[in-house]
Order: sequence, then structure tokens, then C-alpha cells
Amino acid sequence: MTDPILDVADLSVRYPGATAPAVRNVSFTLGRERLGVVGESGSGKSTLGRALMRLMPAADITARRMQFEEVDLLAARERQMLKLRGRRMSMILQDPKFSLNPIRRCGDQIAEAYRTHFRCSKAQAHDKAVEMLDAVQIREPERVYRLYPHEVSGGMGQRVMIAMMLLTDPDLVIADEPTSALDVTVRLQVLRILDDLVREKGIGLIMISHDLNLVRNFCDRVLIMYAGRVVETLKARDLDRAQHPYTRGLLAAQPRIAGDRGDLPVLQRDPAWEQEARP
Amino acid sequence: MKPVVISDLSVAFGALRVLHDVSFDVAAGECFGLVGESGSGKSTVLRCASMLWSKWTGEVRIGDRSVREMSAADRCRTLQMVFQDPFGSLHPRHSIRTVLSEPLKIQNIPDRDDRMAQALCDVGLPVDFLDRYPHQLSGGQRQRVAIARALIVEPDVLFLDEPTSALDVSVQAEIINLLMRLRGEKGLTYVMVSHDLAVIDHMCDRFAVMQAGRVVEVLNREAIAGNGATQAYARDLIDASLEYERAL
Repeated sequence: MTDPILDVADLSVRYPGATAPAVRNVSFTLGRERLGVVGESGSGKSTLGRALMRLMPAADITARRMQFEEVDLLAARERQMLKLRGRRMSMILQDPKFSLNPIRRCGDQIAEAYRTHFRCSKAQAHDKAVEMLDAVQIREPERVYRLYPHEVSGGMGQRVMIAMMLLTDPDLVIADEPTSALDVTVRLQVLRILDDLVREKGIGLIMISHDLNLVRNFCDRVLIMYAGRVVETLKARDLDRAQHPYTRGLLAAQPRIAGDRGDLPVLQRDPAWEQEARP
Repeated sequence: MKPVVISDLSVAFGALRVLHDVSFDVAAGECFGLVGESGSGKSTVLRCASMLWSKWTGEVRIGDRSVREMSAADRCRTLQMVFQDPFGSLHPRHSIRTVLSEPLKIQNIPDRDDRMAQALCDVGLPVDFLDRYPHQLSGGQRQRVAIARALIVEPDVLFLDEPTSALDVSVQAEIINLLMRLRGEKGLTYVMVSHDLAVIDHMCDRFAVMQAGRVVEVLNREAIAGNGATQAYARDLIDASLEYERAL
């Protein structure tokens, strides 16, 4: 990797009052690739995403290095972060029902994202937003522009969210469970749109998910997290050859179509997983 | 073991018709799935059949009796429900003892302590959990309590409304194994709503595909792997799930 977008070394995050850190000594680099972060609830994967965006003012974030392109995220001032967030690094959240402003039209929210970061007229921002709605394959962009979030379906809402986040041509997109709230039938469609745009624009993508299937199909590399630490890093296509018992346990616990319907192997947790060094 | 027969179940909320003549049969001891996208009416079928919502037309029979004829107490001893989110379905300020003893009191069932201990044992929890509160349990443990609560009155039929979709895969496996074991041991009939065809395939013998308040098609489990659906929507749904799983 010649030109990493993100370089993180020994990142730890501790919530105020918590006995143990939520994220412990996580290190990775991200190039123009799609990185999956997988783990159970409480494994610290969302905390990791938020820490990278510096969205946790109360938590105690320490790291040896946290470099986003030329910016040192540890030392950056909030003013500088405001210029980065939404412009060069952006985040797609789980459920459009909660992440879009319910009392503003979808299109205006997208246009606002553009006008926050670029000097332009309202008309230009409007055109940009419509263009972007078209890029996320919304059929009547002008009509959808004028709709309120409650008037669009979950899949469409998530595409509005993607449009908003990719409009400013960011270099890094963090997608936190982008499709968990969607039905299977629209999930793939939304993922493909995100995937196409990410590849086309050469964006570095961090896909946070609990779904091994999803990261296997839509990521190049996967970090497996357990109890706040990375227990294994793999190429997505090598997921079947995972070495760590936790990864193997997760894979085995999943019911499969046309499986033998026997008892599903249950994950046997080993306390040592919380301690051992990263392979 | 009792069969469940639903015929011509229709519901309207005001001018909006949400279920259109839904009919299907579930054999005694069978596990029957309901799949479809959100808003297709899967959960509404369960809510109507369990009389949580009573303004519907059509008929729901469990064994040889219509659910409408049964008294509330009778109905609760015949059918019970497990909900999706164990964080929302247990009262945060009631101990597990209270949660489990309430149905026993209502139903005038004796030997409460023994039954509560047995119910926890059935779902694989230690008996000293009786004095815990929901916030002291993990998601999987809470779902086990919800199952114990449903089973403590010894129902014949269990309605499962997305029983594992709020849980991690590893915990989902435990709950699925538990549900399968209990069905065998207690001769229960299940009607299960799920959006995950892999879970349906693992647990159910047959399932109905729903769309916009209608049953599009009733299929055997075998129809999933080879996509044997004949209706366009059912085919699309199975295709999408297969594609999602394709790398496995």
C-alpha cells in the first residue's frame, strides 16, 4: 500500500466511568480499499468508527498514531475536524429513519451537506443534489428531492443518506451497519450502489457490520473484533480459512440454506481471547 | 399437539386494508414460517391470531376451537408468543421471578416455585436468575427468559415474532437450538415470523411468503435451495437471499 488514507496504531477508547476500554490497541491501515469490521454487539466496532471521526468528546481516546492523509486526528482541533467531517471523511449510519432530519425535505438536506463545504449558490447545490440522487439510482430525482423522510421507503432513505455522504467526494467513508435496517430484497441493491460509487471514486471504505456474509461479499479485507480488540485480520475471500477460534465459531454458528438442520455449533468463549496478542 | 388453521383473515386499519384473506394451515407439531419484507403483514397475522388485535374477520382455529370462542385464560394456556426484542418485551422493573410468576398466578397454577425453577432449567438458565432484573442479563439470556415466560403455562402453540433477529449470530444459534429442542420435547407447534430465509430453512418445514398483506405462496423448505417458487415475488425474495448467501 503506497498511499494509506488512514493509518491507526494502538488506538484505545475508554468511556468515562468504564472499568475496561471499549476499544483496545487496535492498529490498521486503510488504502483505497474496502475494509470490513466484524464483531458481536459490544465488541467495540461502532466505537472504533466513531473514534475515527472524533465523534466522542466525552470518551478518552489514546493512540500511538491516528493519521488521516496529512491530518493528525489526535492533534486536530475541532475547527479542523468540522472541515473534515462530511467533506473528506463521512459516515453512513444504520437507520435512515433516525439519521435524516424528519422535518426537512430529503433534497434540501443533501444540498445543505454540499453548501456546508463548498461556496455555491442554492441553485447549484440543488442541481448537485439532484445529480447525486440520480447517481444512487433514484428514478425521479426531482420528485424525491421534495419528499420528506417519512415519505420515502427504508431503501430509498438509505440511498438519500448515501447521496448526502458521497456528494462531497470524501476520501474515507465509514458505513456503520448501512443495511441492517433494510429488507433482504433492497439490501443488495443498496449495497451495490454504495459499492459502485466507492470503487468508481476510489474511496476508502470501512464497513462496520455484524454480518459475515455482507463483508465477505462487499469487502477486500476484514478485521474481526472481540471484546474491543482485533483478534484476526483476513482477506475477505479467505474468511473460510480463518484461524482464530472466534471467527470460526461465528462462521459455524450461522444457519445455512440447505444445511443439515442439526444443532448449530455454539460459540464456546475462551477468556484468553480477550488477552492474547494479535496474530 | 394442536394444529393451527387460519382462514380468510382480513384486517383493515381505518380505510387501509392490511391483510387480505390470509389463509394457511399449520399441522400439529410443525414449525411454519412467515416471510416477507417489512410492512407485508407478517407480524399482524400473529397479532390477530393471538387476539392482541381483535378487529378482524375470518377464522383462526387452534385444535378444534376458534380463538374467538376461547376465554382469555384459555387462550393464553393454548397459545403464547415470543417477541423480537428481548430489551422491549420484559418489564425493566420486574424481577425474573415476577415475570415468571405472573402467568402462574393468573392461571391459578399451583407449585409455582417448582414450575419457575423447571422453566428456567428448560431454557438453560440457572435457578438463581429468578432474583435478577432484565438489565442484569445479556440479550440471549433475556430471550431465554421470554421463552420461559411463554412456556411456563404449558401452551400448545408458540408464536415467534422474529425471535432471533435482535441477537448476534452466536447467540442466535443458541436460541435456535433451544427452540428446536423444546419443540421436540414438549410437542409444540410453532408459527415463526422471520426475514431471514436461512433461519426459516433451518427451522421450518413449510413457510408462507407474504407481500402487501397477502399470502403469495406457501412453499416447502426444499423450495429454498433450488428456488422452486412459482410466483414472481417469492422467486425474487428467494433469489435475493440466495445471492446474499452465495459466497457461503
